[in-house]
Order: sequence, then structure tokens, then C-alpha cells
Amino acid sequence: MTLKTKAPAGMLAALPLVLFMLVAFGLPAVAMLTGAFSTSSDAPGGAQWTTANLTDSVQGAYLTGLVSSVKLSALSALLAAVLGLPLAQAVVTSRHRALREGVLAASGVLANFGGVPLAFAFIATLGNAGVLTEHLGLTGAGWSLYTFWGLVVVYLYFLLPLMVLAITPALEGLRKQWREAAQNNGATGFQYWRYVALPVLAPSLLGGYVLLFGSAFAAYATAAALGSGSVPLITVQIADALSGNVLVGQGNIALALSLDMVVVAGLVMAVYVPLQRRSARWLD
Amino acid sequence: MESLVILPRPRAAGLAGVLAIAALGLSACGAAPTESTAADGKKSAATATSATEMGGMDALVAAAKKEGKLNAIALPRDWANYGALIDGFSKKYGIKVEVENPDASSQIEISAISTRKGQDRAPDVVDLGSAFALSGASQGLFASYKVADYEKIPAAQKDAQARWYYDYGGYVSIGCDAKRVKECPSTFADLLKPQYKGQVALNGNPTKSGSAFGGVYAAAIANKGSFDNIQPGLDFFGQLKKSGNYNPVESTPATVQKGETPISIDWDYLNAGYTDEFKTKNVDWKVSIPSDGVYAQYYAQAVNKDAPHPAAARLWEEYLYSAEGQNLWLKGYARPVLMDALKQAGTLDAAAAAKLPAVAGTPAFPTPAQVDAAKKTVTQGWAKAVS
Repeated sequence: MTLKTKAPAGMLAALPLVLFMLVAFGLPAVAMLTGAFSTSSDAPGGAQWTTANLTDSVQGAYLTGLVSSVKLSALSALLAAVLGLPLAQAVVTSRHRALREGVLAASGVLANFGGVPLAFAFIATLGNAGVLTEHLGLTGAGWSLYTFWGLVVVYLYFLLPLMVLAITPALEGLRKQWREAAQNNGATGFQYWRYVALPVLAPSLLGGYVLLFGSAFAAYATAAALGSGSVPLITVQIADALSGNVLVGQGNIALALSLDMVVVAGLVMAVYVPLQRRSARWLD
Repeated sequence: MESLVILPRPRAAGLAGVLAIAALGLSACGAAPTESTAADGKKSAATATSATEMGGMDALVAAAKKEGKLNAIALPRDWANYGALIDGFSKKYGIKVEVENPDASSQIEISAISTRKGQDRAPDVVDLGSAFALSGASQGLFASYKVADYEKIPAAQKDAQARWYYDYGGYVSIGCDAKRVKECPSTFADLLKPQYKGQVALNGNPTKSGSAFGGVYAAAIANKGSFDNIQPGLDFFGQLKKSGNYNPVESTPATVQKGETPISIDWDYLNAGYTDEFKTKNVDWKVSIPSDGVYAQYYAQAVNKDAPHPAAARLWEEYLYSAEGQNLWLKGYARPVLMDALKQAGTLDAAAAAKLPAVAGTPAFPTPAQVDAAKKTVTQGWAKAVS
């Protein structure tokens, strides 16, 4: 074996990781690709190569689901980013250590509070017969939890804390001296944020946004528990195709839908990575 | 950041144990053909197509008792009285019934059969939506087995090769919380009245839930649609959504009890079951079968061709299609497929039959081709109708 003598120790140490990636990431990816481009083995005629799944997955109801998923994720991530930044700034600059630590700890917990429990918490408070809905007469005001905007509110519940967690280290990296220098040169607070702080924060903000987008885009259980398809989402459609009581033999369409999701995630990353690289040098 | 909570619950078995059991299962499977015909001409359980072929009920019972266990899947205890059926079977024959993932869907049942072929933890028997029974049979997943009363099942409700047959069914019904809703609706037309704002729910998403799909079919029939044309059903829910009456919450016993789904379109056996369940909990649940949209559907039983417990699987079918089993379904407000046969034989539980919600007219059933076409329409149009 040449491994013993030639391979650098670093490569050898990475071997378990590479193996793990191949098994845990590579195999499913290959299965997804082959499945998306072939017919089901149960179909008459057996498995054959086809692009029909992919074509089906980007039209009609599936296209609506994909578009609506992207819209929901982009919008709720944007809201969470816009609301999360001042919140995180307030916490970071607060003189009360306990508040700061409390908020960060709570964010850590809440950012992971998702799925069915979250959905039921919202149903109990803001659903049709929810406590707040009944007390405040929200139904009369046009409120319904089971709409696009209802989902945005629910998603904000875990996206906002996630944003606080993601942006806090960057805010801590803003040097006090920069602000002082700006002030000494006669800059207003607005000018400081506009020309110094925000440009420096931009890559982190963008990174946070991409993280939130991915988190919202991949969310499934909350949406599944909240609506019966009234807000079409691609993750819910994949589940319906894979494990429903109605549609038969839709597994390969589900794989094609997953491939669509990978493409969307890839596109988002493709925008993010170069921008990140360009402006990351400010913060270290 | 969100964990995927709705997962099938795999049984906690060590990997080594699973592999060992799988190996055992495989070897048993391989051995099966050689012993399929015993010296006296009787067949082994794995290939027997009726109890007679095994030497009669007694021989079947003995073989099943020897296996001692039955793997079932997707049988919720509060669905069509399955709890009582499982307990009755175990008690009568001393066979342990293990139900894996009670809330699983038909697709998961089919996947469990095909992916765990030859394993000891594969399901022995399945209870499937009719489309899945058809597709499973065409994939060759099911054993051909005739229960004693197979001939009495109406021809339209069974596979000619006995790979599956309908077990129980029901009508699409409207359940209503009479404490929250002043005047309970009894037709689909009623549901559009402005007084039901935000109250009309389905049992899930019709692209996934069989009963919700039935609800759309019934709504189509109520609105000049037909088995060939489900679009009016989608239009109806679109109208319901526009009027603000549609409530997208998936109705479950919990949402019914909490008042989150005060009106719920669902199978009559589920809705009628809620009536009993909630009597003590201050919910006055009323059930009616809408006279303008009568739609019935049955589920189907099938035996896994490679069942790890072939005798127990066959005995379970015999039990389900005995008067005792059929009447237990009836007690859960489900209409057993042998209802007419039992009535003629005088073994029908008349008291339970009298408690069923009244139906106007006789049910008709769409053909598989009609259902397939309708499903495509619903898959394409549902989100558009209600979003």
C-alpha cells in the first residue's frame, strides 16, 4: 500500500469524513438524480430513462408550489433579517449582561422550535378557535392563520431568533473606533450606518439571509400541520407524492421535485458565495 | 432549523438483531417452496389459497398459533373500531398483534411490503385504499387467498384472483358541533351559507388524504359533476374558500374536541365515532350524510405474498370476514362488505346497524380509471381552488 508512506497525514485524517459524505450525501444524491430521470420500476415497461418527471415537476400545480415556496421563504427571511438586525444590535449594545445572555439563550432555543409543536402552539393561540383570535375578535378583522401571511407569521417565530443568532457575532465585530472615527469626522448616526456599518455587515447579513431562506425553504412539518394544501408548498407536495393515500406511483415525481429544490438552493448559493468572498475581508 | 416530526415510527430494534432476523427470514423464505405440499397433499400456509387447502380452519388456527404473531401496519385503534378487532383477534387465538406506525398511509404500507421483502418485520396484512390495492396486485405483492365467505362478497368489490377484496367502507358525511353551530348543515349547498364562516373543514389535503378526496368527489356529485367530472367539486371548494367558509385545518379527534373544526366533512364512520367519543366531553357532535352528494368508498384487505407469518395473516383475514369481525367494524360505524350477506344469514348486529347514519339512495362506485382521472384533476387543481 502506498497510503502508508505517500499520503499526507491530513488526507488520511479526512478519510472518515469523505467516506461519510459519500455514504450520507453522495448515495442519496445519486439515487435522487437517477430516480428523477427515470420512470418507476413498477410502471408498465419497467424503469426507463425519461425527462417527463422533470417536465411535470415544473408546470401546473407543482410550479405553483415551487413559486409559492420561494416567495414564502424569500419574504419571511427578508422580514426576519430586517427585524432581526435592530433587535440584535439592541441586545449587543445593551449594558445589561443578563438581558444579553437571556436573549441569546432564548434565541438558541426558539430557533430550533419548529415542526408540529410550533404549529399546534399557533393553532391554540391564533387558530380559528384560538385564545387570542376569540378574545380580540381577529376573525372579524380578516385574520386567518391558514393563509400565506399566517404562515409568514409562524415562520418568523423561528426565523427571527435564528437571525439574531446569526448576526450577533458580526455586530460584535464592529469596532467602537470606527463609530468614533465617523463621529469625529462629523458623520451623523445615519451616515455611520449607511457608509460604514452596513457595508461591513453586508456579507454577514447576506449570509444570515441565505441561512434563513434555506431554513424556511426546507421547512415541512409546520406547514404540513397548518394547512391542507391551502398554501401550496413544494415540501408538502413531495410528501403528498411520496406517502399519500391518494396518488399512486408518484415517487419519481417527488424525486424530480427534490431536484428542483436542490437547483433553487444552488442558485441562491451561487449568488451568495462570490458576494461573500468579495466583502468578507473587512471582518476578521 | 425545523425538525421533521412526522416520521414513521420504526420499531426499536438493534441493527444486529434486524440483520439476524432478516437472514432467518430469507432462509425460511428460500425453504418455503420445497415444503409447500406436505406428504398428505395439504399446502403450507405460505401458498394456501384457502383454509380448506391447509386442511380446514383447525389446521389454520394451529399453524397460526405456532407462529404466535401478526405484523400489521397503519391500523389506528380509533379508526373503524380497529382497536376492538385487534383485541378480539389476540384474545380468541392467543396471537400477538403488533401494529407498526398506526397513522401510516397506503403508500407507506406498499413501500413496507416491497422494501422489506423476506424480512421478519415486513407487514403480514395491509388495509389499503382501492387504488393502492390495484397497483399492489399488479406488482405481484399480494398472495391470492379466499376467505370462507369470499363468494359472498359482491363481484364489483373484489379482485377476481382474490389478491384483495374490500373490507369496510362508508359515506362522505358532514359532522357538526351542535354547541358551536346553531343550525347544522345537512347538504353541500348548506355549507355555502354565510353563517358557517371559517368552519368547514376536511380530513386533510385531498391530494394526500383519501377521505378528503372522497369529500371533493361527493361535492362534485352535489354540484352537477359526475364520476367522470370532479372539477365541480374543486369549484365548490373554491367557492367555499372565496366565501370564507373553508377551514384548512385537518380535522382530527383533537381539533373536533377543541372546536377548531366545528364542521367536518369526513367518512361517516369517523364522524359517527366522534359522537360517542365526545358525548362525555361536552361536545354534541351531529352527523348527516348529505343528500345532494352521496359518495361511498371501501378500503381493501390484502395479504403480503411473502408474509413472515403466513398462517396468522390468513387467520386474520378469516377473522375479519367472520360474522364476529364484520360486526365489530359495524360497531365502529363502518359498513362491512358482507353486510347484506350477514343480514340474509341473520347474523348481522341489528342494533349496531340501526345506529348508522341514514342514507338516501344506493351508492355507486367509480371505476379505477375514473378515479385515476379524477386524482389527476385534483392534484393539478386543488391548490389553485383553495389558495
